[in-house]
Amino acid sequence: MTDLVKITVDGREIEVPAGELVIKAAQDHGTYIPRFCWHPRMKEVGMCRMCLVEIETPRGTILTTSCTTPASAGMVVHTASETTKKAQAGILEFLLINHPLDCPVCDKGGECPLQDQTMAYGPGESRFVEEKRHFEKPIPISDLVFLDRERCILCARCTRFADEIAGDPLIEFKDRGNHTQVQTFPDLPFSSYFSGNTVQICPVGALTASAYRFKARPWDLRRVESSCSHCTVGCSIAVEASRNDVLRFNGVDNDATNQGWLSDKCRFGFEFIGSENRLRTPLIKVDGEFQETTWADALDLVAERLGSIIEEHGGEAVGGIGGARSTNEDAYAFGKFMRTVVGSNHLDAQLDDGLDARFLAGVSPRAKIGDLDHAAAILLWAPDLKEESGSLYLRVRHAVQEGGAKLVVIHPRRTGLDDRATHKLTYRPGQGFGLLADLAGGEGDYAAVLETLSHGPVVAIVGRTGLTEAPELAEAVAGFALGLPDATVLPFARRSNVFGALDMGVAPSLLPGRVAADDAEAMAQLEAVWGPIPTHEARDTLGILEGLAVGDLKALILLGADPVRDVPDATVARRGIEAAEFVVAIDLFLTDTNQLADVVLPAEAFGEKEGTVTNLEGRVQKVNRIVTGPGQSQADWAILDDISRRLSKPLAFASAEAICKEIADVAPAYAGMTWELLEWDEKEGAVVPYGEAVQPLIHHPAAADRKALEAMSRQPSSGAFALHLARTLYDDGVLMRNSLSLHALAPGAAVHLHPEDAGRLGVTEGALVEVKSVDASIRLPAVLDSSLLTGVVYVPFNQPWTPSLGAALSVVVAAGKEVSA
Amino acid sequence: MSHAQVLFARMAEHPTDSHTLVMYEATGGYVQARRAMDMTRDEIVELVKTSGLLGRGGAAFSAGLKWSFLAPARPAYLVVNGDESEPGTFKDRQLLERDPHQMIEGIIIASVANEVREAFIYIRGEYPKPARRVQQAIDEAYAAGYLGKGIFGTDYDLDVTVHLGGGAYICGEETALINSLEGKRGEPRLKPPYFPAAKGLYMMPTIVNNVETVSNLPHIFEMGTDDYRALGHATDTGTFLFSVSGHVKEPGNYELPHGITWRELIFDVAGGMREDRGLKAWIPGGASAPWFVPEHHLDLEITKEATGAAGSMLGSGAVVVMDETTCVVKAAERVVRFFSHESCGQCTPCREGTTWLEMILRRIEAGSGRPIDAELLLDVSDNISPGLTWPPKQTTICPLGPSAVSPITSVAKYFADELRQHIVQGGCPLD
Repeated sequence: MTDLVKITVDGREIEVPAGELVIKAAQDHGTYIPRFCWHPRMKEVGMCRMCLVEIETPRGTILTTSCTTPASAGMVVHTASETTKKAQAGILEFLLINHPLDCPVCDKGGECPLQDQTMAYGPGESRFVEEKRHFEKPIPISDLVFLDRERCILCARCTRFADEIAGDPLIEFKDRGNHTQVQTFPDLPFSSYFSGNTVQICPVGALTASAYRFKARPWDLRRVESSCSHCTVGCSIAVEASRNDVLRFNGVDNDATNQGWLSDKCRFGFEFIGSENRLRTPLIKVDGEFQETTWADALDLVAERLGSIIEEHGGEAVGGIGGARSTNEDAYAFGKFMRTVVGSNHLDAQLDDGLDARFLAGVSPRAKIGDLDHAAAILLWAPDLKEESGSLYLRVRHAVQEGGAKLVVIHPRRTGLDDRATHKLTYRPGQGFGLLADLAGGEGDYAAVLETLSHGPVVAIVGRTGLTEAPELAEAVAGFALGLPDATVLPFARRSNVFGALDMGVAPSLLPGRVAADDAEAMAQLEAVWGPIPTHEARDTLGILEGLAVGDLKALILLGADPVRDVPDATVARRGIEAAEFVVAIDLFLTDTNQLADVVLPAEAFGEKEGTVTNLEGRVQKVNRIVTGPGQSQADWAILDDISRRLSKPLAFASAEAICKEIADVAPAYAGMTWELLEWDEKEGAVVPYGEAVQPLIHHPAAADRKALEAMSRQPSSGAFALHLARTLYDDGVLMRNSLSLHALAPGAAVHLHPEDAGRLGVTEGALVEVKSVDASIRLPAVLDSSLLTGVVYVPFNQPWTPSLGAALSVVVAAGKEVSA
Repeated sequence: MSHAQVLFARMAEHPTDSHTLVMYEATGGYVQARRAMDMTRDEIVELVKTSGLLGRGGAAFSAGLKWSFLAPARPAYLVVNGDESEPGTFKDRQLLERDPHQMIEGIIIASVANEVREAFIYIRGEYPKPARRVQQAIDEAYAAGYLGKGIFGTDYDLDVTVHLGGGAYICGEETALINSLEGKRGEPRLKPPYFPAAKGLYMMPTIVNNVETVSNLPHIFEMGTDDYRALGHATDTGTFLFSVSGHVKEPGNYELPHGITWRELIFDVAGGMREDRGLKAWIPGGASAPWFVPEHHLDLEITKEATGAAGSMLGSGAVVVMDETTCVVKAAERVVRFFSHESCGQCTPCREGTTWLEMILRRIEAGSGRPIDAELLLDVSDNISPGLTWPPKQTTICPLGPSAVSPITSVAKYFADELRQHIVQGGCPLD
């Protein structure tokens, strides 16, 4: 607890934490001191000098920057004295002498701190009659960001962000004095995954985003706050639209999640919403070709085909995959639809790329993201967060840099956080169990790592480092981690609202509200509201696809799911879907999967519907509508409701908000959750459960025992390499495909191998390499990657124009044969 | 009239080999450093305080007092500031080039006093020969066991590293120098909190002393504080190195006691005005200092106090003399241009203000001055240095911005008519 001290600001006595910067202390008490360079999330530099104030000191009154002066007892501050006002007006005049007055064509015009502060504090006119400083007008500093050095006021917000926050010091001041300019390094673009943040925090229009340039004026934009859907952190964002087009996402400072920052995927990944490729009308397949049709005809067809399959084979002949890209309300509707209308327990929001649903939904004690700030040690045995969850990457980085947490990173390859790690352990895919046994044993080299982890509180971020890795490893890691002092676990899965979907019971093993499906008492309570729920054994996504392939299942309902792209083993996915008698897909786009469907129904996307989502901490937040969906698209729940009516088992949902009320009634962990509670008003969302008493599912992963672990270790087959298959921030997922600014940034297919292996195989950087798995044989360019261990190859998952390798551990790698001329 | 020579004595007597270890030791060198090895930190700090030694880099702050501020954290560093860049200042060059061992002995004393095991000498990049001489001297000292592991046979280790600057004036400012030494942009740090004695090089306690300051130390030890004090003036002890340049017959470096008058300095020591022209003005302490004029200042005693009371400073001891043929607008423009060119660019008033002032002065000199410009010059200056007081206040991080204001206020104060003539005539009346 910081001591409070009394200071006087403009004659008013206020109580503020000792040492708090005067600019912040004053603002928190209603006195705004103008500023450009100061940003509450970055270190103060006192460069722009805009926040000059007069402060009385024992040695007389001094004019000094309030962004560099800590409050101390008895301090007397004058923010509007004549001297202060003259100094501030003087600074603005200085800033404007070289600033082009091209506000009418500047993206920032209308929301520009320089404009606003000139109006509020500036001189009425300039006395500068000389020639202004000139630079080449905007130069691209990356694929996404343009820099206009004439507009730049050299506040160092962007350069500090790149260095301090993102850890990508790729922009820096060059030259000096009046020639100072922000620049990239020669031949090295500002290719940071976080570059767009600099556009948002630029206090002038010097940095602009290619996705937004000249698209709108701020006063034409409507704005709602929402929760980002690109990963499971649920960053707070402002969604802005003009007419009916979503034009921009900006980060909103939510202390619990993103603290204002967004990765570029999240910032620019709005383009898919307005994509021309969006589905606008229902499609039915006639003679192998999709035809547009009416909702009535499409729904009739769905009801008829589903109805007859259910009648003939029972509800358990139908599987449901999806829900992770939906809201909680939509996912709940999907679960209820599958279990009560169709009469099937075969449903899964994960795509065989995740972890045990009970683990994700129930492992406890669960960490909150904010706990990282107070952690003594962080164990990160999970995917490369820089690639899979930019905001979580920034939070871990921040926790290490500012909070002093010691970081242990365990991964088959280099990760974005290696440079901040106290210990980094690299292992071969398949050998993670053995490594865990060694780590838990703490002998030899592992002693120091275990020592680092023996100081609590420990926060463990645990997930599946790659798609060839056994999901059980993450559970074993969590079991180990929970034995560490004062430990909490943050289970990591990536896809959008997957935690919400699991909480809504879209998993073979779960019922809504984190209830185990085999909990008879809970089942009875749910049946009291829902009516009868089938009791047959439930299949997960892989089980559904395999069941379809062999004819055990006949029909498939896809809700925003693209198994052919997203299930690691694309062959299994394709085989299952092609064998199905009937497939109906509810989606935003035609995808590699639903091309194979019989009926495709157009759904509303993010920004077109209201609802709630739940992040990996269990934090429930609201998503809001700002535009209407294209054509005849509808909300998932409404489509499912329509089908249920035609199947004579109406779900009879009145609205998404009504569904939320029903969730609160039937899902124990969600009791009390309402939209009102979550309305965006400087709120951080609400974390469920509120206490363990309300959390019905407590999942205890098994503690790591050496024998069991060693038994689970896997080796690639003789002569083969172990495959590390992992996602990249930008890939060929359907939302990325339809976000044109980003799709081109996917790194592309390649096979990374250790230089020694490359040497042995006679492969040089860039050479084509034959990679053969059980499912496929593809040629990929080689990348020499000394962060891998020998005997391991890394292939980025789901890259454009690249067939799937499947997810088997073993791949055979050979130098590509010369193509004869 | 002859004055006692202390820092320049060896090079005056042995002009060809004063820089060698052999000559240095033959003339009593490294005896005082050996003595210092047996003294405690407190004893040395006290001795230097008593000597009255003031920093010779420009700020004239008590060297002993500065040392006493050193924070307790270790390692502590010593940085010797040889980034001599103030226009008109060239005395450190002579010390570095002609008597490097004198400085190295001072470094040893200062290091022992401040529990320093690693010292750096930051020499401006335009001084390749002085840097070579210093490196040779360091190599000799290492070979003799005066630097390195266990110096003088004690268990005290001391390493000294020479670092060359990249050509920026601002790196003479101690916190910018530290940034530069760390490999960062040469930009001054915020003070508070980054006072070097508390958080300096690599955020550790650091003493930054000028070359001349450090070179005084062996002599303070040798003569004792009483004799050392007696060399100079009651408040400004020891000798002081003046770099006299401009329109005098004998420009050069002079080692003098404080307390003589400007008339003596310019007309006796420096031989009077070139071609016996009239004296128009002089800069008493480097480009940052407000100017003096003969009508008011010629018989003023040269002391820190008297110069300060008259609205200027002795600074780094650079005296730039201007004769009656000098156009003050052009002279002011040249000085302002220097500061504008050397502004690091991090803070707004200095980056934008100095450039603007330079543009206005150039326009006036070119004949396009407007009546409003005289007032504009002062108001722009006021926005860099509020109140245009002496010592200057500043809206900036470091004093570079306010330094650029000195020639403007000087012209406004003493040469308002000449400025007005430029504007009214549409050009320079002296052309």
